[in-house]
Amino acid sequence: MIAIDNDTEVKQELLEVSMGPHHPSTHGVFRMNVLLDGETVVKLKPVFGYLHRNHEKIAETNSYLASIPYTDRLDYICAMTNNWAYTLSVEKLAGIAVPPRAEYIRVIVSELTRLINHSCLAGFLLQDMGALGTPLMYAFREREKILDLFEALTGSRMMHNFMRFGGCRCDLPPGWVDGAKTIVAHFGPFLDEFEALLTGNEILRARTEGVGVLSGALAVSAGVTGPMLRASGVNYDIRKVDAYGAYGKFAFRVPLGQRGDVFDRYMVRILEMRESLKILEQALRELPDGPVIDPKAKLRNLRPKPGEAYGRIESPKGELGFYLISDGGPTPYRFRVRPPSLINVTILEDLCLGHSVADVVVILGSVDIVLGEVDR
Amino acid sequence: METLEQLKARLETAIPNAKIEIVPNPSPVNQPSLLLDTESARAIAHFLRDDPQLRLDYCSNVTGVDWLKAGYLEAVYHLYSVALKHGPVILRMRTGNRADRVYLPSLTPVWRSCEFQEREVYDLYGIVFQGHPDLRRILMWDEFVDYPMRKDYVEPDDYEYDPTPHDDALEKARKHYPQAPAPLQTEAAQ
Repeated sequence: MIAIDNDTEVKQELLEVSMGPHHPSTHGVFRMNVLLDGETVVKLKPVFGYLHRNHEKIAETNSYLASIPYTDRLDYICAMTNNWAYTLSVEKLAGIAVPPRAEYIRVIVSELTRLINHSCLAGFLLQDMGALGTPLMYAFREREKILDLFEALTGSRMMHNFMRFGGCRCDLPPGWVDGAKTIVAHFGPFLDEFEALLTGNEILRARTEGVGVLSGALAVSAGVTGPMLRASGVNYDIRKVDAYGAYGKFAFRVPLGQRGDVFDRYMVRILEMRESLKILEQALRELPDGPVIDPKAKLRNLRPKPGEAYGRIESPKGELGFYLISDGGPTPYRFRVRPPSLINVTILEDLCLGHSVADVVVILGSVDIVLGEVDR
Repeated sequence: METLEQLKARLETAIPNAKIEIVPNPSPVNQPSLLLDTESARAIAHFLRDDPQLRLDYCSNVTGVDWLKAGYLEAVYHLYSVALKHGPVILRMRTGNRADRVYLPSLTPVWRSCEFQEREVYDLYGIVFQGHPDLRRILMWDEFVDYPMRKDYVEPDDYEYDPTPHDDALEKARKHYPQAPAPLQTEAAQ
């Protein structure tokens, strides 16, 4: 209520609060200018760009190969899927084929990345609700095991720089598949434990159900993708729609939400992890032999013919796309990242209006942003 | 889905004043695009979204391109259909030049997902989207004046003192200190 000149009424004013940029609940350096009526949000404008280093401009001065390590640093939790989206786009631009074993390895590492992302997201979401540490550490414990696998494969725990045009940088080391199978076998029971602790929890339900409801129509119009879109009941998974890589060969389901609230977004991610486990089991069982990179694929001094290509994948956060224009030179003429985090945050204000400040934190947590990707 | 030629013909009958060109794409992926004129772009966008055969309800990617030699800026839109699961249909619009005729119609009223992306194109390329609800800088700070993604963008002289400059830093140091200060001279003498 705006100040009313009436002696009988208590004067009230709207309060503008700057939430962030340095606050743990903003998942990085992200700021929200919030206009409050008491505790209730009446206006919210996100402000970002604090991590902007113009990744696209850097990539336009680098060779195609030299941009792969930079893509690791976009969404630094999901380096593998970033690699894949970029190499897929270059493969489309230059017409490079990928051998079957490489496609399977890509699927395996990407689904492991999805497990990392979704379990950490659930942990961070609980952290935002005040469950400090414990759920997050449970998620991090499982993440450690997968990071150990990635380290054995690529030499790096987070910045993998693993994929190349036409395949992957190296083959799986001896014993890796067995290690991965063990982790996959133990991840299901971990999820059961995690869910037993969280999903039925009264506080989690009270804080998430009916909060931040996103309708399916608005989600599609606003370009929301990934688990957020599916939590609003829209069946759109690029792994099914485009069937890129080897995804056409695996049987898995696409979990959908009903109400589109924070709880559905949490639940869709838990269910997606269970589907990822199914994909991983199939891929690890049926992993074919053969080369891991097309021997004719040119890595250094790649000069695609003039033209353009847009390639996209279902990254854990949504549709990650790369739009490349080649003028025939050694560097891309135009290099564009379509970041799911940035576009999913478009509707943040619509989700938060009418909710309290404390809910803003939970809603932002359920959107799942990484500022390395939002700001680029 | 119908071919781009059929789509073009259908668009031209539906929107009589529309001037549409097909921009070929010689790359192996074969994603040609439609070049729209700025007057009828919004009407075309509405048609593409609402047409029952197309239902391109999802605008995935919006970006700018700076064609320095040709002398114009370009906005590129990648459209998909969530309802019918096809795509992409690619739209392009071109500005008159790179200096004062940089106005294009905003497609944010048609697809909400353009909101932040058009702001980004404005921020980094300087294309002004008319009809955009909130056209401000998004990644750069508000006081910034230039458009950093343009091909002729010149980096500011942000040289920080380096006691032992080499390679790029040495070049920057020489530009920054036209009369080389004492430490640089001694190093050159050595």
